[in-house]
Amino acid sequence: MDLMTLTAVQLSSKIKAGEIKVMDAVDAALAVIKEREKEINAFITVDETGAMHRAREVQRLIDIGELSSPLVGVPIAVKDNICTKGLKTTCASKILYDFVPTYNAEAVANLEKAGMIIIGKTNMDEFAMGNTTETSYFGVTRNPRNVGHVPGGSSGGSCAAVAANEVPCALGSDTGGSIRQPSSFCGVTGMKPTYGTVSRYGLIAYASSLDQIGPVGKDVTDCAALLQVIASYDSKDSTSVRLKDYDFMSALKNNCAGMKIGIPCEYFGERLNPEVKEKIWVVVELLRENGAKVEEFDLGMLEYVIPAYYVIASAEASSNLQRFDGVKYGYRTKDDMGVHDMYKSSRSEGFGSEVKRRIMLGSFVLSSGYYDAYYLKALRTKALIKKAFDIAFAKYDLILSPVAATTAPKLGESLSDPLQMYLGDIYTVSVNLSGLPGITIPCGIDSAKLPVGIQMIGNCFSEKTLLQAAYTYECIRNVEGKGRT
Amino acid sequence: MVNKITDEIIDYVGNLAKLKISDDEKEQTRKDMQTIMDYIDILNELDTRKVEPMFYIFPVHNVFREDVITNGDDKAHMLANAPKQKDGQYQVPKTVE
Repeated sequence: MDLMTLTAVQLSSKIKAGEIKVMDAVDAALAVIKEREKEINAFITVDETGAMHRAREVQRLIDIGELSSPLVGVPIAVKDNICTKGLKTTCASKILYDFVPTYNAEAVANLEKAGMIIIGKTNMDEFAMGNTTETSYFGVTRNPRNVGHVPGGSSGGSCAAVAANEVPCALGSDTGGSIRQPSSFCGVTGMKPTYGTVSRYGLIAYASSLDQIGPVGKDVTDCAALLQVIASYDSKDSTSVRLKDYDFMSALKNNCAGMKIGIPCEYFGERLNPEVKEKIWVVVELLRENGAKVEEFDLGMLEYVIPAYYVIASAEASSNLQRFDGVKYGYRTKDDMGVHDMYKSSRSEGFGSEVKRRIMLGSFVLSSGYYDAYYLKALRTKALIKKAFDIAFAKYDLILSPVAATTAPKLGESLSDPLQMYLGDIYTVSVNLSGLPGITIPCGIDSAKLPVGIQMIGNCFSEKTLLQAAYTYECIRNVEGKGRT
Repeated sequence: MVNKITDEIIDYVGNLAKLKISDDEKEQTRKDMQTIMDYIDILNELDTRKVEPMFYIFPVHNVFREDVITNGDDKAHMLANAPKQKDGQYQVPKTVE
């Protein structure tokens, strides 16, 4: 039996039933990592010793009946912008190349409480700025479905690791689509929760008002289970929200009868690749056949989401990344000079070009004389985008859309034109700007054998509706055999 | 609105951002910023005179707590991350002449 083809929930069931030990699961994950990493490069750090040590401890706690959560004993990979105590956390940047956090992110503390085993830290675009995982200081990650192509990004390492069966599930972070888009490109399931659902404590900030940690898994059930593990109220994150109900797994019901689904027409315009469009319409039709009420409508604002997003995200990034100055951690220039030149040289040598581009853009839109015209204008635009979604969710339970206009591009084709790269995020950023939850589910493969995903978007805190719809589609897909990857 | 991103703007912003832009990089940086700012100008099509800027989606409140230490003394581990340290402190180049 190949343990690594099992879902996380299945693997944990076998562990709890005593059929296998936690150490067997960790061994199996490490074996696949050993075999695939040379080609895929999904990990920046693999913690073999720590994982085996922890596996024995978790097995002991299971044996004495102290741990029994749905994902107990499951190996997991964590994106390298989420702090892990004692385990190197680099943000895929030269400026943090040797940083070892002295504390765990709250989401990581929650993984440990649930008895999950952290196998290692995954590759990403530097500081999560990018959508191909090609801006990493530690080299590109390759798409396991077709190694000539990118895995997407910025959580490309997490999604590739799950797609390559190196781990059953992983944590990513999503600021403008960074979980949903690589999930689509790698043919896995990934979810961005409502802003405030998962604590950002210990997530190295890119754009604080948009960042959210979320689950990546093989299926909807694993995503629901992992969300249930990581979601919590945390007083250490002032934007954390206390939910009434954290039982996300109870939403896994195969039923979409009467569900009202809106299809935003402009998301299906000329920009969208016809093959991707066709696969998405198959999903729309299947849900309709199974009782959902589907309607096309005008959501509006689509052409304004990218400029608003890049102004806001870059502004926040320029402020958040001020802390990297070569003093307290990470890289410091070798040149001997005064303190201000030391700051400047350390930052210029330590950050990659996309990060510097966004810091420059952000510093500019926040600078005196331009603040109102650009930064406040973008925040007013954000209010209009949010209003458009409020109007839509007064009528619909969820919105269905593409994740990206195409499937995964070839390696080396995306970075030369920053503006074109930014436009690649057009279907995902408005979800972050509006704080909404979104999930990507695989819905087919194109003629180049690359996965296509569909995005389902819910209203704030309607994760359970979203999970139910996603689960229902997954059940239909598995019976009909349509859109499998 | 800016019609033109000049070398002076790049120098000024580079200073704000604490980044050194070499002469070789300057032209490309200027061009990239020009392209992106030209694109961002599309926001001017929107009439936002009666719209309040939205910083956060939900109301954000201050979170207060008693000033009680809950974490231990982790000085040694924290200092271990510093590129340079001396006598239990961060070491920086001379700041005052």
